[in-house]
Amino acid sequence: MDKRMTADEMAAELRDGMTIGIGGWGSRRKPMALIRAILRTDVKDLTVVSYGGPDVGLLAAAGKIRRLVFGFVTLDTVPFDPHFAQARQSGAVDVTEYDEGMFATGLSAAVKRLPFLPIRAGLGSDVVTTNPQLRTVTSPYADGEELLAVPALRLDVALVHLNRADARGNAQYLGPDPYFDDDFALAADRCFVSAERIVDTADLSSAPVQSLLLNRGAVTGVVTAPHGAHFTSAAPDYGRDEAFQRHYAASAKDPDSWPSFVDRFLSGGEARYQSEVARFREAA
Amino acid sequence: MSDTTRVEVAVLACAELFRDAGEIVASPMGLIPSLGAKLARLTFAPDLLLSDGQAYLLDAEGHVEGWQPFKKVLDVVVPHGRRHVVMGANQIDRFGNQNISAIGPHARPDRQLLGVRGAPGNTVNHRTSYWTPKHGTRVFVDAVDVVSGVGYDNARKAGPAAIRFHDVHRVVTNLAVLDFGTPDRSMRLRSVHPGVSVEDVLERTSFPLDTSAVTETRLPDAEELRLIREVVDPKSMRDKEVPS
Repeated sequence: MDKRMTADEMAAELRDGMTIGIGGWGSRRKPMALIRAILRTDVKDLTVVSYGGPDVGLLAAAGKIRRLVFGFVTLDTVPFDPHFAQARQSGAVDVTEYDEGMFATGLSAAVKRLPFLPIRAGLGSDVVTTNPQLRTVTSPYADGEELLAVPALRLDVALVHLNRADARGNAQYLGPDPYFDDDFALAADRCFVSAERIVDTADLSSAPVQSLLLNRGAVTGVVTAPHGAHFTSAAPDYGRDEAFQRHYAASAKDPDSWPSFVDRFLSGGEARYQSEVARFREAA
Repeated sequence: MSDTTRVEVAVLACAELFRDAGEIVASPMGLIPSLGAKLARLTFAPDLLLSDGQAYLLDAEGHVEGWQPFKKVLDVVVPHGRRHVVMGANQIDRFGNQNISAIGPHARPDRQLLGVRGAPGNTVNHRTSYWTPKHGTRVFVDAVDVVSGVGYDNARKAGPAAIRFHDVHRVVTNLAVLDFGTPDRSMRLRSVHPGVSVEDVLERTSFPLDTSAVTETRLPDAEELRLIREVVDPKSMRDKEVPS
């Protein structure tokens, strides 16, 4: 089955109020072309589940997020995303703030179709007091330990960006870290993958077999997206565009300059974005 | 060594966190703890495993000796417990509660920071220390706004599962080294860096400190100083974090 589609076709599948998981980590291998496509729609009231980077900042700035499930939001080399900070400080988004390990455990419970999984992380912290819906579970064995029961983080849709995929949805990472993209894919009813390059299935064997992170059974749609993680990293295809990320962060911090950033980079399609980024690089 | 800088003392104090640690994963967050961990491995803690901050464990010669992607860290390395993390702290209180999440009320903060990250899990699973380059009353507060890293009082309140592996070890700052070696596990001033007085530290701390056994932080010896200056930080990045 040929699952190729455009980023705009993927974005058209989203509905108001959906729970969307976004792969990658911080400012690393984020499905930014798919995020930019979402910014061009009028979908809103999303619950976003993310080890957050600029994906969260951009969606928050566009007013798409009703609730964020997160352990952090950071641009890595720039500690804070200004849009996310603004959204929190103005009370524009509700949050479910988890420890990083709790977040992973919630995804894992969803993958395994369990209602919850126990974890030690979170006990004694304000993760418990700021999430009054959380419950504990007592070990039925002799130790009797009382642990936190992290509810399954079930997703309507997962969006991930990988280095290579074939048209049927088998997808491959070539960098050093898979992040949690396979868990996002399996925790979701539907997973859309963008990839730097769509290749023949036979070409997926040119890297070690362990790099085949997703098989096609977990993938609904595949989007060709060269530089689709920009300005986040997609090692080994490219590193983070630090100069552009600084430009994003500076623009996001200044309400007067943000509209011109949106106008130049986000108001057209992906081709316009990439050509403006190329112009930005030449000027730098 | 009369020309030893304050930050070099701090690097050595961070290295001392790992003395006798054995073959565990050291996870230093930030420059000074990272320099300290590297110095420790080159001297008195040669068996330490060190991450590159990405997905690799690198040995002292820079060879990849292990694979440690984030999923492995959270699924296995943290809960398995053979790890010592050194985190930063925007706020820290008398019992070692740390905040890196937000300043002000959590529902609508005055200032959003990183988020709790892995601090809740780190602190109830394995040894944790803290580093701050700005020892002052804004960091050393009566009560943190969002408990991210769990201190001794909150671990006790949360019960046996939270206490079982809880081990907040030390706090290293630009002025001093502190620990929790008191009967009620409240913070104690362990040593002041050369040139710093006990009063300097007390003035810059919002809560009372046990000062019954304060010593002076050890100076690096000639070989340690050479390693700091020529091997672990030849470009003197350390001077940007703690000015002399």
